[in-house]
Amino acid sequence: MQLRIEGRARVVGDDINTDYIIASTRKRDTLDEQILKRYLLETVDPKFAASVQPGDLLVAGANFGCGSAMEIAATVILAAGITAVLATSFSRTFYRNAINNGLIPVECETNSIAEGDRLVVSLDGNALTVENSTHGARLAAKPISPMMTHILDAGGIVEFTRRGGWDLYVRRAGTRT
Amino acid sequence: MSGRTISEKILSAKSGTDARAGDIVVCDADLVLGTDASSPMAIGYFEQMGGQRLFDAHRVVFSLDHYSPPSTAKTAAFHDQVRAFASMHGAEVLEVGVGISHQVVAERGRVLPGDLVIGADSHTVTCGALDAFATGVGSSDLAAAMITGRIWLRVPETIKVSLVGTRPKGLAAKDAALAMIAELGAEGANYKTLEFHGAEVAEFTLEERFVFSNLAVEAGAKAAIFGADAATDVYLADRTLIRRSAVASDADATYAAEIVVDLARLSPRVAIPHSPNDVIPVVDALGTRVQMVFLGTCTGGRVPDFHEALDVLERGGGRIADGVQLVVTPASREVFLRLTADGTLGKLTSMGAIVTTPGCGACCGTSGAIPGDGMTVLSTANRNFKARMGNATASIYLASPAACAAAAVTGQITDPRTIG
Repeated sequence: MQLRIEGRARVVGDDINTDYIIASTRKRDTLDEQILKRYLLETVDPKFAASVQPGDLLVAGANFGCGSAMEIAATVILAAGITAVLATSFSRTFYRNAINNGLIPVECETNSIAEGDRLVVSLDGNALTVENSTHGARLAAKPISPMMTHILDAGGIVEFTRRGGWDLYVRRAGTRT
Repeated sequence: MSGRTISEKILSAKSGTDARAGDIVVCDADLVLGTDASSPMAIGYFEQMGGQRLFDAHRVVFSLDHYSPPSTAKTAAFHDQVRAFASMHGAEVLEVGVGISHQVVAERGRVLPGDLVIGADSHTVTCGALDAFATGVGSSDLAAAMITGRIWLRVPETIKVSLVGTRPKGLAAKDAALAMIAELGAEGANYKTLEFHGAEVAEFTLEERFVFSNLAVEAGAKAAIFGADAATDVYLADRTLIRRSAVASDADATYAAEIVVDLARLSPRVAIPHSPNDVIPVVDALGTRVQMVFLGTCTGGRVPDFHEALDVLERGGGRIADGVQLVVTPASREVFLRLTADGTLGKLTSMGAIVTTPGCGACCGTSGAIPGDGMTVLSTANRNFKARMGNATASIYLASPAACAAAAVTGQITDPRTIG
């Protein structure tokens, strides 16, 4: 897959758990991301959601998406018009959920990125690069693993499964006891 | 090749490969769990994926535990959606009040040594205490597993956790587990398995091992496994007729890291707002006023937890301090019934406790009591993120059932060893 995303950095901190991305209590009334996006990151900053513009890029520190495995944390970010999240590290469940829905998780050093910086994220095959146009800096990003690249290439886990992707990756039928 | 960890052995068996840390494997799941929080989205993904039927209706279980009972009309509708889907496809529903998904499947003998359990709930790792590889996923991986019975996994590296040193009287599993996740840090076990070893493992009951496995995800762990032993056999003996050999790691297995939890050096602990990894000795938090005490969840909602709490409350005079609301939520109906039969719930109720429907309860603000503005809560749960219980102005501390009960007696954070 080839992809180029240009956008404005929206910086948050370390250990942003999925409850902070979208509070579990909000899910009691709707699972419609178009409504839930109004509450994106409200626990971190109640004004954040209103300030998001489609095309913004979320930039975080370590362990982004920790805590609950709730997938809506990834889909609400997408619904807000954010198509990539940059973080120094991601929790494993958030990373999977992001890939499965076509949200690009970019694992790179983010300390040098400031609020409002113009960033360009490029995906070529499984290679990710980040350019900070504001500072003229290029940041090394961790490539996406082959399996996840296949899922991303399919357009997400839905298409991957529809196309019988699972059968292609089974080396041998499992032995069930 | 060097020997294998428990994770490598289980994922080898489930993928039909020689699975080694770092490999990507596609595995057959033994049990696939959804909850009322994750299944509505999973049903949507299932339909988008063109799902026609479940890979094996007997291996898919839906639990109505997060909204137990429904706290809004919408959550009641989620339940109906899950019931209708399960009924159409012949899968079991753990109804409202039956309990928390990973607790119920464990107590019903549905998780056995060597199993691969996939659950759309991060605390599915709890089942690792039964020598299973149990891990949390989101709704789309759940949907794919419902259709295919499969999950792709990167075989995780393993951190060896050695439980050593004589356990002092009054040290709860929760205290040691909090100390462990504090040492590991919030992502110290991310992508990795915790495998428990050490002479003291045998001293912990299965109910206590669940606490370690449960809290492991607060350090990011993908799985948290205790090899099966005599205690596992006893736990499973009256829960299932199936007998399964233990999966043990090889003596020359490769570990990414080793940590030692020296129980002899530990004392009761408390996690302070707003991170479960921010852990201090309870003696350093003495005097913090609390207005709500919560006994429950998949960390601290099992029978021995309530017995320990009741013991402290009785030693403290059998009275809840003025201005403190004590909320009691058994993790499952089985726990509820056992506590009813032995009189525990009656005693707690007569002291003024509020007993709520088994399930996740107040843990994540989805049902049950929501703390008031500015309240301080002491809870037996696993997460104390800001707004976790449904109010961003509340401060949540986490501790053992005994420490929570001690605070209920005194109205402030108290060392449970000093009660009575």
